[in-house]
Amino acid sequence: MTFTIPIENGDAVKIAEAESQRTLYPYVTGTSIVAIKYKDGVLMASDMGGSYGSTLRYKNIERMKAIGKHSLLGASGEISDFQEILRYLDELTLNDNMWDDGNSLGPKEIHNYLTRVMYNRRNKFNPLWNTLVLGGVKNGKSYLGMVSMIGVSFEDDHVATGFGNHLARPILRDEWHADLSFEDGVKLLEKCMRVLLYRDRSAINKLQIAKITEEGVTVSQPYSLKTFWEFSSFHNPTASAEGSW
Amino acid sequence: MSQASVELPPKGGFSFDLCKRNDMLTQKGLKAPSYLKTGTTIVGLIFEDGVILGADTRATEGPIVADKNCEKIHYMAPNIYCCGAGTAADTEAVTDMVSSQLRLHRYQTGRDSRVITALTLLKKHLFSYQGHVSAALVLGGVDITGPHLHTIYPHGSTDTLPFATMGSGSLAAMSVFEARYKEGLTRDEGIKLVAEAICSGIFNDLGSGSNVDICVITKGHKEYLRNYMEPNPRTYVSSKGYSFTKKTEVLLTKITPLSEKVEIVEVAGEAMEE
Repeated sequence: MTFTIPIENGDAVKIAEAESQRTLYPYVTGTSIVAIKYKDGVLMASDMGGSYGSTLRYKNIERMKAIGKHSLLGASGEISDFQEILRYLDELTLNDNMWDDGNSLGPKEIHNYLTRVMYNRRNKFNPLWNTLVLGGVKNGKSYLGMVSMIGVSFEDDHVATGFGNHLARPILRDEWHADLSFEDGVKLLEKCMRVLLYRDRSAINKLQIAKITEEGVTVSQPYSLKTFWEFSSFHNPTASAEGSW
Repeated sequence: MSQASVELPPKGGFSFDLCKRNDMLTQKGLKAPSYLKTGTTIVGLIFEDGVILGADTRATEGPIVADKNCEKIHYMAPNIYCCGAGTAADTEAVTDMVSSQLRLHRYQTGRDSRVITALTLLKKHLFSYQGHVSAALVLGGVDITGPHLHTIYPHGSTDTLPFATMGSGSLAAMSVFEARYKEGLTRDEGIKLVAEAICSGIFNDLGSGSNVDICVITKGHKEYLRNYMEPNPRTYVSSKGYSFTKKTEVLLTKITPLSEKVEIVEVAGEAMEE
């Protein structure tokens, strides 16, 4: 909503210029991220797609990155804003390393930093159009939190962004329990990603699973899920309802 | 040159005359009345012997729960039931109307109703109203040609599916179905899966809640399990329910018939008329 007040001098032009530099809508977007705490740390899954509106433009985007020694950041939403956030975090971790005091930023500190950044940008009406998932392990304690583009931030045992909120959360609420083994955790995440693949139009069948434990971060190679299309009713759906579809 | 204007007979279909006027009004700033979504989770699935339909029981009026225990599984024919999501009045009216039409058709043909008959009647009606009759339905039944399950959208399109969900809780319920559905489920497995899907809608969607209704339709037999599950019971602070504090003590009981104290006079002719 822009109110144009007819002023003769250049104020209106300045206002217009300033407004045009705000983020109004996202362009290249990533879809959901699903993450859970398990026995040894945190598991996070994302697909590798970057959509440009309704086109699947990029199919090789890594939306999960390691931050420092103890954290893993996953992002859905605008990809360019995610890259900007990675630059901020680079600066942050670099300055932290320069202190050379033996301490390093843990996931809780990074989460707090991200919350402040997101909330302050939102207050200036110029948000970073992302929902971020921050997972990590430090001193044996695992941490999993989420920050949205308006600065809503919280910690939980399992999180999901975007469509994952509607499709993956119900499954996680039902089937997650503490002290999942690695195999069970991966199976649970794959179950959620498969439902997202069936029902989210911007999902692609090329996903990565990242694991973070006390030892560090490992991001898996991209792989695809097996899907099932052999229901007998799918073969000839309108056999009994001639003329419908 | 005379121009003869021909009076064309009114064609069938939707009359768009008022659309221009509505458009003009919205441009002038009039807010069009919004449609009341009732918020629902309704599901259906095909199992080895027939069809199972499920629904939650919450009817909402904006942010308020208007009815905690309404019935969303509507009767269409002895072998066909229909779950309805969307505006409650629309789903009631449209299912009642088609149910009556099916009955008359049964009398005329002397045969049991078929699910595609109900499907065609519903989709014809909904399409002619161009989506303004806000009824999203899950229609299921078993007829002479076998078990059938269809979804019908407010604009009149239909799908034929092995498992289906509709309503605001449809994503939560669909995630359960996509993860756990397989072909050839037994009756108990099917009921369990439907109950799980509705519970997923009840607990993860704000527009759905209260209890789970289930309807099992097989060849020649149907079971309407009203309030099959009640996962949201009314709880009391104490296990004994509500108990009142000590009442007033009764010291003495004495009964005096009124006829001893009062003279009763019967006035002739003024007895109460029947």
